Amino acid sequence: MRAHPAPVGCFALLGALATIALGACEPGAAEAGPLVPGGDVERGRAAFVALGCGACHAVDGVREARGRVGPPLSDFGLRTMIAGEVPNTPANLVRWLRDPQAIEPTTAMPNLGVDEQTARDVAAYLYTRR
Amino acid sequence: MRRLALLALPLVLPLVAACHGPMSTLGTASAPADRVARLGWFMIWLSVAIFALVCVLLVLAVRHHRARDPLAVDLAPRSKGWVVWGGAVMPGAVLGAIFVVALVGLGRFPAPPDDRDLVVHVTGHRWWWEIRYEGGAGGADGAGGAGGGPVVTANELHVPVGRTVRLLLTTDDVIHSFWVPRLQGKMDLNPGHVNDLRLSAERPGRYMGRCAEYCGLQHAHMAFAVVAEPPAAFQRWLAAERGGAREPADSLARAGRTLVTAGVCASCHTIRGTPARGTIGPDLTHLMSRQTLAAGTIPNTPGYLEAWVTDAQAFKPGALMPSLPHFDGAELRAITRYLEGLR
Repeated sequence: MRAHPAPVGCFALLGALATIALGACEPGAAEAGPLVPGGDVERGRAAFVALGCGACHAVDGVREARGRVGPPLSDFGLRTMIAGEVPNTPANLVRWLRDPQAIEPTTAMPNLGVDEQTARDVAAYLYTRR
Repeated sequence: MRRLALLALPLVLPLVAACHGPMSTLGTASAPADRVARLGWFMIWLSVAIFALVCVLLVLAVRHHRARDPLAVDLAPRSKGWVVWGGAVMPGAVLGAIFVVALVGLGRFPAPPDDRDLVVHVTGHRWWWEIRYEGGAGGADGAGGAGGGPVVTANELHVPVGRTVRLLLTTDDVIHSFWVPRLQGKMDLNPGHVNDLRLSAERPGRYMGRCAEYCGLQHAHMAFAVVAEPPAAFQRWLAAERGGAREPADSLARAGRTLVTAGVCASCHTIRGTPARGTIGPDLTHLMSRQTLAAGTIPNTPGYLEAWVTDAQAFKPGALMPSLPHFDGAELRAITRYLEGLR
């Protein structure tokens, strides 16, 4: 007749612990930034270097990115704004990378003629930096 | 076991020849560089032979004296022969042989100047290379006098394949040294004196060079390239370089031209065909025909170019080019747009 609350509580606790453990096993899944449709992180990293973004922007751990003209991008995935102008969303970031002057006409950030796919790749890469 | 390893050494050495990079004296592309490489190999093999001989003698000596007290010092006069032959006669013969081989191989005076030689003045600056083609240096026929204008560039020396180029080397400040390992030995650039170096490339290519005499803070960022091209391509390049600067393509570039030619840039840089006539820094008339900025320090792309204009000291601390943080974003964009058009 007596209820057995103790085992139920134990299972619940175990379940909770397991969930936390699983979360720890896949930090990428838990911490990934916004998804950029069609963006490839590895290609984006290569394009970031090839375009010379590092001439102005520093990224920790990237040898070619030690510039200090513009803001460092080591934790770009945590930014709330782009250029202090628009919310940091994938769509805005792609737009910013392709034509910075469209968002902030007087910015020194050059329009490097980046195509849509490359912009998506670079955006995907930048959101991994957090 | 150890002796086996020593014997293997000469077998390993030829493998070293296979791994030469852009600055290797072993990856030769001209007759003078071949002579340097041959001398190098001669000295390496001679050293290997002497090293092997010493090893053999060492082994024999250890065997011979193994039975005796190993710490005993043998002062008997009969050892003198080894000292005289091994310590004086043999080194004398070896050094003498190297001296003669080096003299025959490298100690040649350059041929008397020939009117048909392409003459290029190379002036060292802290820390870049000024390259000035003598008027009339157009071609073997001496054309170019009619074409007129000077050809001045920086950090990239274009030469026609197979033709001897006479370089007249001097410096504007301290001693530098001109070194393209795959094409020629080193030659110093001395203040108040002109050195004469002959250069020729047998194959087209981009041969890397560096300053080889410590010259101050940015000595390590004083690189250059010798671009060897087929004669026709070289003539096209020379003709393009001889022309004045291109007109700006749009209103942004026109605004940039005003900023560059009427502002601080003009006090150090020349852009032929504009009021910019400074002589402290490199000629920018055809800036975008060059692959790098700041003497091989960074790639010459629009992004790097803009970063260089506003923050040169971050890339090359101590260089005479100052950081120019007073330009705002729109001005920087305009300046870069103008410079990007200087092809």
